[in-house]
Amino acid sequence: MNVRLLDIAHARSGDKGDTANVGLIALKPEWYPVLSQYVTRDAVAAHFQGQITGTVVRFELPNLGALNFLLHGALDGGGTLSLKTDAQGKVYSTALLRMVISVPDAEAQALGLPAAV
Amino acid sequence: MAEGSQDKVVRVASGQGFWGDWLEAPRRQVEGGQVDYLMLDYLAEVTMSIVQKQKERDPRMGYARDFIGAMESVFPAVAERGVKVIANAGGVNPMACADAVLAAAGKAGVRGKIRIGVVTGDDILDRLDTLLAEGHELKNMDTGEPLANIRDRVLSANAYIGSTPIVEALQRGANVVITGRSTDTALTMAPLRHEFGWAADDWNKLAAGIVAGHILECGAQCSGGNCLHDWRNIPDLANVGYPIAEARADGTFAITKHPGTGGRVSVPSVTEQLVYEMGDPHAYITPDVVADFTSIRLAADGENRVKVHGITGGPPTPFLKVSIAYRAGYKAVGSLVYSWPDAMEKAELANRVLRERLDRLGLKFDQVLSEFVGATSTHGPLAGDGREAPEVQYRIGVRGGDRAAVERFTREIAPLVLNGPPSVTGFAGGRPKVEEIVAYWPALLDKRAVSTAVSIVE
Repeated sequence: MNVRLLDIAHARSGDKGDTANVGLIALKPEWYPVLSQYVTRDAVAAHFQGQITGTVVRFELPNLGALNFLLHGALDGGGTLSLKTDAQGKVYSTALLRMVISVPDAEAQALGLPAAV
Repeated sequence: MAEGSQDKVVRVASGQGFWGDWLEAPRRQVEGGQVDYLMLDYLAEVTMSIVQKQKERDPRMGYARDFIGAMESVFPAVAERGVKVIANAGGVNPMACADAVLAAAGKAGVRGKIRIGVVTGDDILDRLDTLLAEGHELKNMDTGEPLANIRDRVLSANAYIGSTPIVEALQRGANVVITGRSTDTALTMAPLRHEFGWAADDWNKLAAGIVAGHILECGAQCSGGNCLHDWRNIPDLANVGYPIAEARADGTFAITKHPGTGGRVSVPSVTEQLVYEMGDPHAYITPDVVADFTSIRLAADGENRVKVHGITGGPPTPFLKVSIAYRAGYKAVGSLVYSWPDAMEKAELANRVLRERLDRLGLKFDQVLSEFVGATSTHGPLAGDGREAPEVQYRIGVRGGDRAAVERFTREIAPLVLNGPPSVTGFAGGRPKVEEIVAYWPALLDKRAVSTAVSIVE
């Protein structure tokens, strides 16, 4: 089953230099393992391909039901150098929530995950 | 109640998340209910260079001037009810900031009741060459470049300092503490360390104070502001309550807000703030302690109240982070709006036309960036192709070392209104302004090279 992150998580993003961070937080604690298993570093790197010039790093915060992603080279130099509308990476959060992951049907149904439309 | 008693609760209220935040917030925080400390965070990375430029023009300036108005609005609480204020409003001139507060206190008739602790020592601009000569490289933490590459363009240089001098100011009886570039989190941790007598190596408790500081440092961003979770149902943002940390000696605390205010304090709202600007969650590095954000436990504790506990930390590194601001060329950004039908196609044609003209003029830039606001500017191709957009703002910016080239660029946008693609509007406001870029250079410095001092003025 295809699941859109917007339907199972919320997020906030910010900046540090030319790096944007996105904290991805499960809407229900029991959905965190889905994020942890399917929202991999490689999947996020593929999602943002062409939009960032550097690598993606992933950290796990099971205590908060959250993952933290660092997107390097995401901000056209960052801070005052950046010419981007989103120079401080404030809405990389919602860009990540567009991502669709594939979860085995049985697992998705057992967890009550909403299907992507 | 005795010092260190488990029953003692210290309330730190956040009243400002950045310079430019809601002017009403400080007064609302001291009038809405009981608080012990009002914490005001004014400094962002670029702020130091702005205040440095102001000080160059006028040696009595160089601090966050909003702070004077904030103090005027809370003088009654400070003078009559014992609320203490801690703020990094001093910028590059904390003593001038203190003088301005005392002058305002004089006008308000409370001068005898204001005792200010001024923390200095973070400003290392005058010592840069000495530090370099002593072998401190101050290499860019992100790129590894040596400072020598930009030394002649440096505008300001400040070390991020920790809680110790703020604690000293409180111990010496200050009811207002003004710092320069202290860390945002120290402004909250210091009063807790002072009130509870936490030792300088009580890592778990210091880490708890830092986590409380991280939650409070962006004002309402943890209490319903900019909160994506259930945003439609967050009540009464017009009357949003800024956060308060209610802390205990054991390092546990609750985040809440005053009764009758809008917004929402919930596990999701606090979690969103915890992950904001996060790097490696295992090592949130501060001058006092390295906090482990993977240890934080949150629990709902009634309406608009979240309990925070379980926090662990470890010893700090031998370094302080240094924030250096330097001149880095010029930039300008202009825009035009194209409307239906085929708004995106017209905007794309405008982009091709403008770029061809810039090429023919032979202008050299380090960067030229085009965006299509309303279509793809913030989410890129993830947002689709923008073909159906009812209107698209074509936005183009350039950056480079040659001011004349950037200036010439600003003259190339308006002509498109008459000599480019049709259905164009939104050019009011005239030519874009050329801005000098003041960029940020993060570096590390041996802690032993920085010594802070506290002066009491009243």
